[in-house]
Amino acid sequence: MNRINQKLKENKKLLSIYFSAGFPKLDDTVSIIENLEKNGVDMIEIGLPFSDPLADGPTIQASSTQALKNGMTTNVLFNQLKDIRKTVSIPLILMGYFNPMLQYGVEAFCKKCQDIGIDGLIIPDLPVDVYNEKYKAIFEKYGLINVFLITPQTSVERINFIDSISNGFIYMVSSASVTGSSSGFGEAQTNYFKRIADMNLKNPQIIGFGISDSETFKQATKYAKGAIIGSAFIKHLKSEGVTKINNFTSLILR
Amino acid sequence: MKYNINNKGYYGDFGGAYIPEMLYPNVEELRLNYLKVMQEPSFKEEFNQLLKDYVGRPSPLYFAKRLSKKYNTKIYLKREDLNHTGAHKINNTIGQILMAQRLGKKRIIAETGAGQHGVATATVCALMGMECIVYMGEIDIARQAPNVARMKMLGAKVVPALSGSKTLKDATNEAIRDWINNPVDTHYIIGSVVGPHPYPDMVARFQAVVSEEIQWQLQEKEGKSTPDYVIACVGGGSNAAGAYYHYLENTNVNLIAVEAAGKGVNSGKSAATSALGKEGIIHGSKTLLMQTNDGQITEPYSISAGLDYPGVGPMHAHLFKTGRAEFVSVTDDQAMTAGLELCELEGIIPAIESSHALAVFGHKTFKPDDIVVLSLSGRGDKDLDTYINHFKL
Repeated sequence: MNRINQKLKENKKLLSIYFSAGFPKLDDTVSIIENLEKNGVDMIEIGLPFSDPLADGPTIQASSTQALKNGMTTNVLFNQLKDIRKTVSIPLILMGYFNPMLQYGVEAFCKKCQDIGIDGLIIPDLPVDVYNEKYKAIFEKYGLINVFLITPQTSVERINFIDSISNGFIYMVSSASVTGSSSGFGEAQTNYFKRIADMNLKNPQIIGFGISDSETFKQATKYAKGAIIGSAFIKHLKSEGVTKINNFTSLILR
Repeated sequence: MKYNINNKGYYGDFGGAYIPEMLYPNVEELRLNYLKVMQEPSFKEEFNQLLKDYVGRPSPLYFAKRLSKKYNTKIYLKREDLNHTGAHKINNTIGQILMAQRLGKKRIIAETGAGQHGVATATVCALMGMECIVYMGEIDIARQAPNVARMKMLGAKVVPALSGSKTLKDATNEAIRDWINNPVDTHYIIGSVVGPHPYPDMVARFQAVVSEEIQWQLQEKEGKSTPDYVIACVGGGSNAAGAYYHYLENTNVNLIAVEAAGKGVNSGKSAATSALGKEGIIHGSKTLLMQTNDGQITEPYSISAGLDYPGVGPMHAHLFKTGRAEFVSVTDDQAMTAGLELCELEGIIPAIESSHALAVFGHKTFKPDDIVVLSLSGRGDKDLDTYINHFKL
């Protein structure tokens, strides 16, 4: 069974952390992953940097730009991760934009992910219908779970369709925004969390965008299986470096 | 319909809507409504009226006698440079502001590189009394001060794009982010035949008035509605899309697309996307774009800010791949020389974008009885500084 599905069966709320590979330093990737696991994080999204990340706010874009300047490429990342399964056992998801994957070759990319032990992919700009028609079979051949996003504006019909072709979890974007833009959840958002929870979808939901501390983590996981933190963690990495990851995770999980 | 868009939003292999879910409702709303709105008699009437009374259409189709003599062929210039705001860009912004009104939008956003599309957007927003926010790369703001001032005079707010390379592609990213953050009340007026479906098709349809006029103007002047050649410059490709539109399926009409080679196609400072680009995704569209082997989008260069875009619209990618259009690349120097030649022979100062199209006459020989229509997409007032510096005037 895929590590993501196993993790989702655990009777706890899940903390997932996103970071941009190659930031703050090119070779920090493995140490960040190992430290996150050691400090109780349940799942990790490894960001493959892109020059033009449309769905991301300033924090994640700046970290991507820095990572690219540091020399991060698809090949460099795969090389850094080649022995990751010797030391890390939690689910690992690659998150990136579609163009770099297209250039690598979608099938070659998926195969490489399987070889390394990557469990799933999040590709914000690969539309559901294109995935379903052209790439689903390839992802499945290599045992990869593809994760789709929904937002407060996503129609019930579309949510049901996304639920029907998903086989891991649904990434619930907390508000109509790019990453790292809101602070705290209002009534509109909690209503949306409740509305989705009441749909009883077959895939559990994990909430992302706007989660930055233990309070927002608790609010989100009241309605969902877990929550994802990205921008806030990157800010921490930027100011504190990779050695004090426990300071960050202990604040969230206290 | 072999060369125009199919019902799934693709030109052959190119096009589609490769967008994050956060953009889906906005783009889907537009996709479901744009054709319906454009068919409405009241929409057509208002669009045509504004094109006539406000933009000054039809733009003349001018027989360039001295230029024709020099190159021993029959050259007609489609004078988009005579439109209000000085280029073809206004055809699209008039159409899109009417579309935004029909969709009940209150707030307009746009991206701009050199500022021409920003000015055309600010203009129609002033005309309709709508809020206007224009994203522009910080570097472009510094080098295009007069257009920044124009937009401000027209009531637009100009927001600097500080991310990435701080130019057009980053301004586009920022506009898209704004749209993600404001999904309900905002319409995004894209300036070219780029972006996710339905934008390339919608913008092409608004620009199609150019070839619609060429057809009847040529009928009047030559007794036939089809030229032998249509020449246009291509950055994103909106003026070319408009000039080609009604001739796409008529292969007796040869289409020539002129790209900016910058300092030379292989100089590392170029914007010749068909020569240097590979298939990929940029700004929500599958098309040809300039990128690293790793799929990172690279920064183009051209002396002409309007051609300085790392991709081309999906229609043009399809025309290139199928061989329907012949793609030519022209260097900065060749374009500048051709621009000056038009000044001297015809008394017309062209935009440097259009000067690239004009440089084709130095590259390629036409027959004496060929009818060649060239899209003179804009006027050169905005480029005076560049002409002055180049020729030490």
